[in-house]
Amino acid sequence: MKAIITVVGKDRVGIIAQVCNKLAELNINVLDISQTIMESNFTMVMAVDILDASAPFQTFYEELHKLGDEMGMVIHINREEIFDAMHSI
Amino acid sequence: MLNNKNILTTIEMIEQQHLDIRTVTMGISLLSCCDENPVKACAKIYDKIARSAAHLVKTCQDIESEFGIPIVNKRISVTPMSLVAAASDTNNYVPFAKAMDRAAKECGVNFIGGFSALVQKAMTVADQRLIESIPEALASTDIVCSSVNVGTTKAGINMDAIALMGRIIKQTAELTKDKDGLGCAKLVVFCNAVEDNPFMAGAFHGTGEAEKAINVGVSGPGVVLNALQSVKGQPFDVVAETIKKTAFKITRMGQMVAMEASKRLDTPFGIVDLSLAPTSAKGDSVARILEEMGLEICGTHGTTAALALLNDAVKKGGVMASSSVGGLSGAFIPVSEDEGMIEAAKAGTLCLDKLEAMTCVCSVGLDMIAIPGNTTAETISAIIADEAAIGMINNKTTAVRVLPTPGKDVGDVIEMGGLLGTAPVMPVHKESSYKFIHRGGHIPAPIHSLRN
Repeated sequence: MKAIITVVGKDRVGIIAQVCNKLAELNINVLDISQTIMESNFTMVMAVDILDASAPFQTFYEELHKLGDEMGMVIHINREEIFDAMHSI
Repeated sequence: MLNNKNILTTIEMIEQQHLDIRTVTMGISLLSCCDENPVKACAKIYDKIARSAAHLVKTCQDIESEFGIPIVNKRISVTPMSLVAAASDTNNYVPFAKAMDRAAKECGVNFIGGFSALVQKAMTVADQRLIESIPEALASTDIVCSSVNVGTTKAGINMDAIALMGRIIKQTAELTKDKDGLGCAKLVVFCNAVEDNPFMAGAFHGTGEAEKAINVGVSGPGVVLNALQSVKGQPFDVVAETIKKTAFKITRMGQMVAMEASKRLDTPFGIVDLSLAPTSAKGDSVARILEEMGLEICGTHGTTAALALLNDAVKKGGVMASSSVGGLSGAFIPVSEDEGMIEAAKAGTLCLDKLEAMTCVCSVGLDMIAIPGNTTAETISAIIADEAAIGMINNKTTAVRVLPTPGKDVGDVIEMGGLLGTAPVMPVHKESSYKFIHRGGHIPAPIHSLRN
């Protein structure tokens, strides 16, 4: 089961490391990462596999939101299907 | 393959443009709950609703968090209660509404619809009893919604029922006057009511429907507004294309959520309602879309044409995105629930007559409009008759949900809070429709009802 994580906020050192550490803790496997800086805004989109995650969706959704608050970034995690539904026929 | 731009667009639609699923409504047939003993019938109704929708709210919450898309309302619609209660030996149908209320609260939903009667041609004894129970039913329950269908293109318009509904709306306002006549916000009078509408207050589960069904209403005025802001000054062809593309995306999401809810609740998928439902939040307004097309304020000349284009483009974009489209499908114009409409009404540009014209080209009708508390029952009936005529002749659903708030007059503003919003009291014509309404009888179906 795939999900998409987006991380948006002000660029600084160590954002990917912090997010990936949290994912490792939750046993969520990263499948793909793409990251760019737009007008000093850090924007990262990750595809992850949540099938073997150590907690139910609701829990790691909250954990990631909390991490986002701590880091001063906005982190979202959504199941992949919603993007597929909207953008591919 | 997904690209990052699309992903970020979706996130932005949800986060900044108020994209949401307006409602997931579970339709439940109560025909199996009929019983000669009204106490037993109410117990069956409670049990069936509470059992069928036990997991509705939890399932919707799971979908919300997993897919990151807010589902604003979780609701239940049931078989029109006049059909279920008809078997029971009682004159008082209020206990049936109370059973619905208790069951809906047990399930944790926002509203339950279906305290309804379909009387487009004439009334049965049960229909009459149900309609007469409406004021007390709405005053003594919290989340029950009621609707009455008084006309169809096939059957014509039941003017006796319309005369009665004018009085019922007045009584409902009076019985709920301590809450600014809020009971009337839960009561809608239809022409050409549909059986699979997921939206309140008019939702009921028609007799042509399955035992249970999941119907979904989507929403996204903010997303359409945002898309139109990128085509400023361009011709209407471009406007229509832009709305179609946006409506397609919104509806695809609604379809996905509907299928997911249907699978998880083991309940057949019914329909997706292709709707643009506003809220009183800034940036979530249908009026602002019309203004974006070039109108200084909603309600001025050009508003009807702008709304016609919007309504049609929403349907064209949405229809390919869903495997089954139904409900009311179109742009809603509930005045108190739309930030731009509230402003236009306060400015005096948007008046009842203009709204009536707008209902000829959009989904449903005169919705959530506060009128002076001293408006007569006959004037309310005449407003309903006008709307019903528009619906009957144009083969479309129309409805009236007006709030004749006791003690309030033009210039006052009714604060209802939440999704119901803020309603500036609008003037109605002072001249009498008394003799017109007291003729009674039936307006025959139009010639184009004879299609065979």
